Amino acid sequence: MDTQWMKTDVLIIGGGTAGTMAAIKAKQANPEGEVLILEKANIRRSGAIAMGMDGVNTAVIPGNSTPEQYVREITISNDGILNQKAVYQTGKLGFGVIQELESWGVKFQKDAQGEYDLKQVHRVGKYVLPMPEGKDLKQILTRQVKRHKAKVTNRVMATRVLVKDGRAIGAVGFDVRNGDFVVIQAKAVVLCTGASGRLGLPASGYLYGTYENPTNAGDGYSMAYHAGAELSNIECFQINPLIKDYNGPACAYVASPFGAYTANAEGNRFISCDYWSGQMMLEVWKELNSGKGPVQLKMTHLDEDTIAEIETILWANERPSRGRFHEGRGENYRTHGVEMNISEIGLCSGHSASGVWVNEKAETSVPGLYAAGDMASVPHNYMIGAFVFGMLAGTNAVEYVAGLDHVDPDPEFLEVEKTRIYAPLTRPSGVPHTQVEYKLRRLVNDYLQPPKVDNKMEIGLRNFARYHETLDLMGARDPHELMRCMEVHFIRDCAEMAARASLYRRESRWGLYHYRVDYPDKNNDEWFCHVNLKKDDSGNMVLFKRPVEPYIVEVDLEREVYDVAVR
Amino acid sequence: MALATQRVDVPVIVDESKCLEKCTACIEVCPLDVLAKNPETGKAYMKYDECWFCLPCEKECPTNAITVQIPFLLR
Repeated sequence: MDTQWMKTDVLIIGGGTAGTMAAIKAKQANPEGEVLILEKANIRRSGAIAMGMDGVNTAVIPGNSTPEQYVREITISNDGILNQKAVYQTGKLGFGVIQELESWGVKFQKDAQGEYDLKQVHRVGKYVLPMPEGKDLKQILTRQVKRHKAKVTNRVMATRVLVKDGRAIGAVGFDVRNGDFVVIQAKAVVLCTGASGRLGLPASGYLYGTYENPTNAGDGYSMAYHAGAELSNIECFQINPLIKDYNGPACAYVASPFGAYTANAEGNRFISCDYWSGQMMLEVWKELNSGKGPVQLKMTHLDEDTIAEIETILWANERPSRGRFHEGRGENYRTHGVEMNISEIGLCSGHSASGVWVNEKAETSVPGLYAAGDMASVPHNYMIGAFVFGMLAGTNAVEYVAGLDHVDPDPEFLEVEKTRIYAPLTRPSGVPHTQVEYKLRRLVNDYLQPPKVDNKMEIGLRNFARYHETLDLMGARDPHELMRCMEVHFIRDCAEMAARASLYRRESRWGLYHYRVDYPDKNNDEWFCHVNLKKDDSGNMVLFKRPVEPYIVEVDLEREVYDVAVR
Repeated sequence: MALATQRVDVPVIVDESKCLEKCTACIEVCPLDVLAKNPETGKAYMKYDECWFCLPCEKECPTNAITVQIPFLLR
């Protein structure tokens, strides 16, 4: 086992949507600066958009909507808890990103007049821009990363951010193929590792049958936490309405503009809006528990041409194996509704709001540490938000590193981390990571899946706190298994954060995402705030209220309550 | 720790008659890094049952040697 040392000005951990954009923008800001993307897979096909994307969900296009309207929409759908200045960035800068992507060859749908063909999926505005030819998004981004001469190291997984005197100075990890210990010194670090997508256990029981790319195990949530950064809104879980068993999107965002809709078993609508929100998920939960289920995405009433067009989009982009899943069951959109189910829980600010705390410059609370994409707490940020915050992180990191020198990491810390990483290899006959992960995630389902119950969450928390002992039994036979073992460490950290944050906020908010049986009502008097958490100087997880930043767009939340129930 | 070896139905199927010994396209693009070469035959195979049924391996195979099935538990 060798040690590889690397040095760079800006280190980007995770080469997905946000990470590739961060690298490109950092190089555009300073072509002389050194930028390195560290990726545990291969950036050509990594992250949430490994197989492209079928549409943009947060497109604020001049003439169709304004950043102010977009901020209003997200403020209401996220029950008022957000940093409007950060959400505003997505509204303001997203259009420029779309234009730049277009200049690189990404195709967005246009109407006969050549205008962007926006669709309404949100409750009020039109922010969905289809990309029926979006399957090659990741290869296009990879090409731009190379063209901009950012360096890429594939198949190396980061495990910890290096911190000295309170600022991020690099990262440490290992090569998941040859097992080398890797130390990277950097003047700034950008975390872009995606969602905590392997937190709950899918109902199928298959560990990797997740909505999110299963490589996204909450790496950045855990690394930011151990670096001393604040995390925010962790109790605002990601829970999605997904194709039962397949666990991918059905996808109403694509199909509902064509006339598809979510219905109960009788074929009746019970929600007025297919946009994913906790409030919508609560209605799905109520419907399923009322005996009127199963819930389905209904397309059987559409004509042949429309269904064929929907199939072309859904079976080529994002999750192209949808087609063969339906085929295998002898079902298709003409004859069957798509049976939907409530997913297991995850953490993801791309869809809900749970993530590492960032401001409108993508700065975390640790100097020199930035976060972007699904793991950065900018509510409902989706893919365009990941690009925008990747851009902000890349450009602001370049500005930050000017005049800074590399700092030597603490040798003692490196030794301790090296021992922690390689421990499973010292017991190749230890408990396999699959079993350790299965049990942990089954406990997440048992005790954290909403509706949230105090007594259950307390038991869950005790289990997660004690699970360190179980992690110490885990064995690996090769660097690949070691990668999965270290991901289980990340998952455990996320489970503990999810339990503690959920217990801390003693009210219900965000529909099903934080529906507490013991505190069923929203309580703005006490809980109109963020719940943030961090690791304190003695290594304890501490939680605290963080005030919501003053609004820049006025919204009357007493009057404008997000409600999508059909009564 | 006593360990047992269990049989498992894997999602990624490689047609060995089409798989090229010098090609590693599928192995390089797999997000979960679950494909490897059988050292005896030089052909690719699914070494670890950790699959997102996402299809880059199938799409990027130059000889169409790969078929990805939906994992059995979801099928």
